[in-house]
Amino acid sequence: MRILVVEDEPRLLRSLAKALREEGYAVDTAESGGDGLYKAESWDYDVVVLDIMLPGLNGWQVLERLRKQKTTPVLMLTARDTAQDRVRGLDTGADDYLIKPFDLSELLARVRALIRRASGQAQPQIVLGDVTVDTRARSVERQGDPLTLTAREYAILEYLALHRGEVVSRTTLYEHLFDENDDTMSNLLDVHVFNLRKKLGQGLIVTRRGQGYLIEA
Amino acid sequence: MFAKSIRWRLQLWVAFLLACVLSGFGVTVFQLQRIHLLNQIDEELGRRVAALGAAARRGPPPPFERGPGGPPGEPRPGGPGFDNEPFPPPPGPQEPRPPGEGPGGSFRSRELLLPPEATGLFAASGTNNFYLAFWSPDRTLLKHSTNAPANLSCPERLPADTRLHTRTRDAHREAFLFTEIGDCFLAGCSLTAYSGAMHRFTGLLLAAGGVVLVFGLGGGWWLAGRAIRPVAEISAAASRISAGNLSERINVAEADNELGRLAGVLNSTFARLEAAFAQQRQFTADASHELRTPLAVIISEAQTTLARQRNAAEYRETVEACLGTAQQMRRLVDSLLELARFDAGQEPMKREPFDLSQVARECVNLVRPLAERRGIKIDCDLPPLQCPGDAARISQVVTNLLTNAIGFNRDHGEVRVSVDAQDSVALLKVQDTGPGIPTEDLPHIFERFYRVDKARSSLQGRTGLGLAICKAIVTAHGGTIEVASQPGGGTAFTVRLPLWRHGAG
Repeated sequence: MRILVVEDEPRLLRSLAKALREEGYAVDTAESGGDGLYKAESWDYDVVVLDIMLPGLNGWQVLERLRKQKTTPVLMLTARDTAQDRVRGLDTGADDYLIKPFDLSELLARVRALIRRASGQAQPQIVLGDVTVDTRARSVERQGDPLTLTAREYAILEYLALHRGEVVSRTTLYEHLFDENDDTMSNLLDVHVFNLRKKLGQGLIVTRRGQGYLIEA
Repeated sequence: MFAKSIRWRLQLWVAFLLACVLSGFGVTVFQLQRIHLLNQIDEELGRRVAALGAAARRGPPPPFERGPGGPPGEPRPGGPGFDNEPFPPPPGPQEPRPPGEGPGGSFRSRELLLPPEATGLFAASGTNNFYLAFWSPDRTLLKHSTNAPANLSCPERLPADTRLHTRTRDAHREAFLFTEIGDCFLAGCSLTAYSGAMHRFTGLLLAAGGVVLVFGLGGGWWLAGRAIRPVAEISAAASRISAGNLSERINVAEADNELGRLAGVLNSTFARLEAAFAQQRQFTADASHELRTPLAVIISEAQTTLARQRNAAEYRETVEACLGTAQQMRRLVDSLLELARFDAGQEPMKREPFDLSQVARECVNLVRPLAERRGIKIDCDLPPLQCPGDAARISQVVTNLLTNAIGFNRDHGEVRVSVDAQDSVALLKVQDTGPGIPTEDLPHIFERFYRVDKARSSLQGRTGLGLAICKAIVTAHGGTIEVASQPGGGTAFTVRLPLWRHGAG
């Protein structure tokens, strides 16, 4: 899952990015509205965390322009706490709203919920035959036994599980799992998928040659 | 309720004034009518007295007409109301006048001397409401109509007065005159009809007055209501405004009368109030934003770090970040408190003479390392100049202006500080060679939390309150602070302070 954080307070940006990366997300950052809008329009992020008081374009303007092109889930982050501000944010097209100062655990839970909802998944647990993916604890069980996955392996499995029944291209997968600073070669994906198949069984992840990967519904 | 309502008070005044006017008018009309009716009666009576007098003076009738039979052709004496009986004999001893003294002789002979026209008048008085009476000069009632009241009395005679007089006696109006020889003729009538007419007239007056009063009060109530209505509207709008809806305004429909002008004045007051409230709200929102952001940093730093085991360097980094942020918050809170004290007028401010140039020089020395780090040259023109005030506060202003001039300057730029006296004002100028301030931002730069580049520069220790505090300090000194800037041409801040004068300050 790839997340864009747009926040002009550098210390907050840094600590948010750090926290999200430690949760296994690929995180891009932007310190101004214009930069944030450019990035949000250029890539398909799974969530955009957007501050409102930004230099250049403010959060509302970024959201308004982004909504003309994309339906990326947006979590507004702001110190403005009046109902009027919240209503305006949600009406402009924000999917959620969090007021500073916030609890990190709440922010992470809201990000998870946004990702889940965007893929049409209501439950935090996804059952794929004998494999169960718990998006809340970021853990995977097979026939009741916990499996040990690397962060990348989990991210690939989660993305495919959330998009069950869809063929996910290698590019898409790559774009959602690696952030802008990641130079990992895309053929590493095959290595991760190979390892996943070893742990989960061969049948779960199907390869569509020339198209991508698929977990059948 | 009555005392508290203008409408009711107006109504009571209208009622009072209307009642005064109506009663004054009513009494006048009543009097005029009374006098008119009495005059009519008097005229009638006078005519009768005059006729009687004229008839009596026409001289004695022919002898044949004398006698109990009365004049031939006349209605038989003894017709209705006519007393044909001879007058009673005079009371001899009371006779004031000796016989043969007056030209009329004895009353008996005078009675016989009454001409038939006069007798006719007496006879005719039975058919109308008038009665006649005739006294001899010795106040002996010689003849009277049958319908005369029983208590007929001879009026008092004034010497040598032969004019017509009137009097009112026992609900009767009487007119009389004395002849030269002292005969007295009197005509009278009962005032019963007159009283009835006056009663009817009084009733009419009262009814008309009542109707006018009712209409007047109704009209007054309506007028008062009309006059009061804008006041009620103003009061309603004012209470809506005081209930919190500050954008409410009084509807100024009739702008060009007293109430319209009042509403206009109130509206402009409300507008100013609303602007002040909006400013306050904006300030509160900004302050809360400025305080929440560092709080968010501290909380998220701490929570991120605590989420798992870290090494010492990571903990140190986190603690440093939290400390830096907390200090930023402290600066902000200090500035906010300072401004709040200025707003409340509680900030202690000394009033001592100090050398403005000395203060400026110290400030320049303070910021020189900052300038040198970026290769900025500080140019001073500081002749001694005494100003009254708080040197520490003015030093705060100058330092702030210098820090801005350095911070917003280009590398290897220049800052020029000068002090000058102009009239009775000390001028302190801080000029930089930075990129300047956009024209649209210039009017706002002294506003709290207003930032020209909108980029948060809190890491450099900026709170967004510096210039607002400068302005508060200068204003408290009775001075002004101005800014002039051209994009690309640098910015110049000018502080004007009163000069020190002996005995003043």
